Amino acid sequence: MPSIIFIHPDGCRQNVEAGEGESAMQAATRHDIGGILAECGGNAMCATCHVYVDEDWLARLPAMGDDEDALLDGAAAERQANSRLSCQIKFAAGLDGLVLSLPDRQL
Amino acid sequence: MSATSRTDSVTPERGAPAGVPSLDVDPFSTEFFEDPHAIHDILREAGPLVWLDKWNVYGVARYAEVHAVLNDPLTFCSSRGVGLSDFAKEKPWRPQSIILEADPPAHTRTRAVLSQVLSPTAMKGVREHFTAMAAAKVDELLARGSFDAVADLAEAYPLSVFPDAMGLKQEGRENLLPYASLVFNSFGPPNQLRQEAIERSAPHQAYVAAQCQRENLAPGGFGACVHARADAGDITPEEAPLLVRSLLSAGLDTTVNGIGAAVYCLARFPDQLARLRSDPTLARNAFEEAIRYESPVQTFFRTTTREVELAGHRIAEGEKVLMFLGAANRDPRRWDNPDHYDVTRRTSGHVGFGSGIHMCVGQLLARVEGEVMLAAIARKVASIEITGPVKRRYNNTLRGLESLPITISPA
Repeated sequence: MPSIIFIHPDGCRQNVEAGEGESAMQAATRHDIGGILAECGGNAMCATCHVYVDEDWLARLPAMGDDEDALLDGAAAERQANSRLSCQIKFAAGLDGLVLSLPDRQL
Repeated sequence: MSATSRTDSVTPERGAPAGVPSLDVDPFSTEFFEDPHAIHDILREAGPLVWLDKWNVYGVARYAEVHAVLNDPLTFCSSRGVGLSDFAKEKPWRPQSIILEADPPAHTRTRAVLSQVLSPTAMKGVREHFTAMAAAKVDELLARGSFDAVADLAEAYPLSVFPDAMGLKQEGRENLLPYASLVFNSFGPPNQLRQEAIERSAPHQAYVAAQCQRENLAPGGFGACVHARADAGDITPEEAPLLVRSLLSAGLDTTVNGIGAAVYCLARFPDQLARLRSDPTLARNAFEEAIRYESPVQTFFRTTTREVELAGHRIAEGEKVLMFLGAANRDPRRWDNPDHYDVTRRTSGHVGFGSGIHMCVGQLLARVEGEVMLAAIARKVASIEITGPVKRRYNNTLRGLESLPITISPA
């Protein structure tokens, strides 16, 4: 089963299974990754599933939408060049092993 | 109320479509408002799609189908009204909302404007003030000890922050709650609640229409921010007042009922108040869980734009489908132990704010208000005791209380 690696702010790594078509946010909440709040449930409306994407994977992700871009400006933790909303990262073939770091806060 | 399944019966006007369980419950009745949960259970267990005899509409009460309908806005549209009235057949009682009662692509543009006015960045701007006001309100209530948690807390707190944040004048604010009550009653069927609300609405409508105009909105408030988007060319000057109206319609009464629901939950579940007190950072989740548990917005309709199959049944074009948000939020197919209020529950995915493109645009504002109030309670209040009769307020869409007498003690 393909998987995603979440890295917590303390460096702890958590490997979770992700299904085809599932978003990284959905995989995270299904596995109780505490650093992902996902208040709006994946509707790109709250910026509480913010992640930093490992540089090696950034170019392989789907392009960022305008909503996501605007929401990231208001995210609680600092926005960086590799910031994304995990609800907008649909898991697909070729993303097995995707590495996402969690910010220190979502609110 | 008899809530029996009558699959084979024939109703005078239309009757249930073949194979769809028909129920004679009325989700807009006093009995339902008093206690919807037993009827929600009947609706969910009757099938994934039901027919409501009383109003000749389809209903969905399970999480999966409610979520599916909310997330297919082109098939289940909002532009024909999100109440029982079908705007293709009846004239709306007020000019149609250009966001709530609109479909893509028209909806996309107006939605983007309100999303930006109420963005996470905008919330950072109001958060500190809202927090201070919540702390002051709880201090004031602790000094009183006993009070009505509806009027003195659930209504008083949002009224102390929201109208100012909008940029409203001081005069006439007493029209805000009656106006919101009218709007949410109007989504129901032509019952007494709806008729009376509309008959008495002229002064409230006149007040709100005036407050939506640019010259009546203080600089820096959310209302002025909407008008500024007209200057930027994102909306027309004629559209701006209608979008301000949406904020005034949906921004106050909903939060009142959300905060009221949370206080009512904490009063009934002392173990959960204790849990919250032991970790005030749970305040945000405790509010969210109250929204799931009580679902202050109970129902919305959609209208089919084409023939569609849902849960194995064919629905024709032009049919109203009633979504039971409150029932979905307690569907045991989706939630473990759904009838328990649990401040540590993972609430992501509840439909108390809706889901999909019409999901509550003011959700971040509601969450800030709810969170800072519950955080103040968590830090300052040791116990909440219900001290008198709890009275329900009846509204065709909103679930909340008329009165909740409580006594609180300081931590």
